[in-house]
Amino acid sequence: MAELLKVDNLVTQFKTESGLVKAVDGISYYLDEQEIIGLVGESGCGKSVSQLSIMQLISAPGEIAGGEVTFEGQDLLNFRANGPEMRSVRGAKIAMIFQEPMTSLNPVLTIGQQLTEMLQLHMKMNDDAARKRAIELMNIVGISSAENRIDDYPHHFSGGMRQRVMIAMALSCNPRIIIADEPTTSLDVTTQAQLLELMKDMVQRFRTSLVIVTHNLGVVARYAQRIYIMYAGRIVESGTIKDIFGKPRHPYTIGLLKCIPRLDEEEGTKLVPIEGLPPNLINMPPTCAFLPRCSYRLDKCAREPWPPLTPVNGNHFISCYADTKEK
Amino acid sequence: MNQKRDDDILDIQDLKMYFPVTRGLLRRKVADVKAVDGVNFKLKRDETLGLVGESGCGKTTVGRCVLGLYRPTEGKILFEGEDITTFPEKKLREVRSNMALIFQDPYSSLDPRQSAGSIVGEPLKIHQMVLTKGEYRDRVEQLFHVVGLDPSMTDRFPHEFSGGQRQRIGVARALACDPDLIVCDEPISALDVSIQAQIINLLEELQDRTQGLSYLFIAHDLSVVRHISDRVAVMYLGRIVEICKSRVLYENPLHPYTRALLSAIPIPDPFVEETRERIILKGEVPSPLNPPPGCSFHPRCFMAIPECSQAVPPLRDIGDGHEVACIRV
Repeated sequence: MAELLKVDNLVTQFKTESGLVKAVDGISYYLDEQEIIGLVGESGCGKSVSQLSIMQLISAPGEIAGGEVTFEGQDLLNFRANGPEMRSVRGAKIAMIFQEPMTSLNPVLTIGQQLTEMLQLHMKMNDDAARKRAIELMNIVGISSAENRIDDYPHHFSGGMRQRVMIAMALSCNPRIIIADEPTTSLDVTTQAQLLELMKDMVQRFRTSLVIVTHNLGVVARYAQRIYIMYAGRIVESGTIKDIFGKPRHPYTIGLLKCIPRLDEEEGTKLVPIEGLPPNLINMPPTCAFLPRCSYRLDKCAREPWPPLTPVNGNHFISCYADTKEK
Repeated sequence: MNQKRDDDILDIQDLKMYFPVTRGLLRRKVADVKAVDGVNFKLKRDETLGLVGESGCGKTTVGRCVLGLYRPTEGKILFEGEDITTFPEKKLREVRSNMALIFQDPYSSLDPRQSAGSIVGEPLKIHQMVLTKGEYRDRVEQLFHVVGLDPSMTDRFPHEFSGGQRQRIGVARALACDPDLIVCDEPISALDVSIQAQIINLLEELQDRTQGLSYLFIAHDLSVVRHISDRVAVMYLGRIVEICKSRVLYENPLHPYTRALLSAIPIPDPFVEETRERIILKGEVPSPLNPPPGCSFHPRCFMAIPECSQAVPPLRDIGDGHEVACIRV
């Protein structure tokens, strides 16, 4: 498949009173057509900020300090954040689904008003056509009796239904890429499963690509083809899901997989927690950010700067000096 | 204490908790929200029982009834053999020194203006567990030590701690009066993945070290519940639909809701995921204000037959303590 999006050395930083926070510190990744990738990490690892940067939705004191985001042959970061070029991409060619279905819809506008706004703005549809298309979209995402519900307000909808509306909105302008930022985190387990299946079907049906941003390794294992593991603003490991889950090589990934209880684990399995805490991102040292918590550390790790992503096998990359193969 | 070793610390019999819905100036009662509608289970000493279900299934309400924070509408809660639902407030207080609660949110469950030490020590004062100031200080420092916090941090305030450390403070507070029962209500859902394991391991170690400590572990995350619990009870709309040993839950789930719930949780292993059964339920959890007749799961059930809407299926023991409430199994 052809490459659709390529992010190269993206840096997003926040200038705070206590110091410089590099929330995203030089990440590079790519997304192919009709591919589902997962961006995984704990809170504060920069996974959401990196996606907001691509959409140029970073506001002061944050700024995109460097890098390239190549989409359809153009560097999105060359566009002004509020310029017409960026607006024709944001929401239309690259759509986003946010975590909070409760807060990402406007409570004083009806579902129909919010759905048709996009269609009128990006697709230049007239009122009737937009309304017809909105009803069609609601049917596609599984909202029953859409004709009656289109004039309801968001508070008439349950959390799962609101997220369906968000998915309908994301699909409305036939995007090339959908970025789903923790799309199901605040929802119940069975609703989560419904929505993730729906998103997978939609991606296939509309031939879009999907970026799932999540902390849930299970979701990625089930739906993604490739994943990127992030820690403290950087990508520490990337590869196909079978590489990462079958032969994890970065100490953080190895630790992460050992510290989550699995539904199918043997009785009496002990969890091995990752000791310590994720680092404070203010004025980070240039060395590996995982170093203080790492059980594989070498003397070299404290001397040398953060290791670059190096291939271990084909498309499987890690950013680590230690030899983690043995353990 | 020794002669009581094998008995049940908690025996819940037909527990019902209805919350009235009122309307109008006179607060006329128009309906009941049946948050808990006939729940039975027993918790043995040293045992951990997991209570899982989706939001609104009544799992937290059960926990609150056990702690005597709600007066149940009906039913009995036998704690160490005595029915606490009939106790007057004063006697309930005494009983409560023997039970504790760990909350979900380590940010809002600690008073920001109280030092960590006084948060942990407050139950000692309330229940008059210590006599002198020296004894109080020693006990607080010991509790800090037990949960893996540096005792020199007693004078710090909650905002100076990380989420995981705050939850440790919450655990220390729960342990203060040396309780026999700790109700853990979603104790790790607000924490980061790598920190969750630290708290789970802490809770497990404490139980191994303390004789006769039981947990009622309430959570929505089935993999966590299964990991920590000896037995698991699955709740749906105010009732237990299946209760069995943790091992059996994954290997041989019987109730269709349990099966759907299990299949909805992805396992972080693409090799396993390839071959797993997936049951995607239709629709959403109905309102407990107006639950469907009969088995409340039948409108979403993939195994439902017309008889399912006739009567509420009782929990049946199908051997080895595995109980299930479904007429189709």
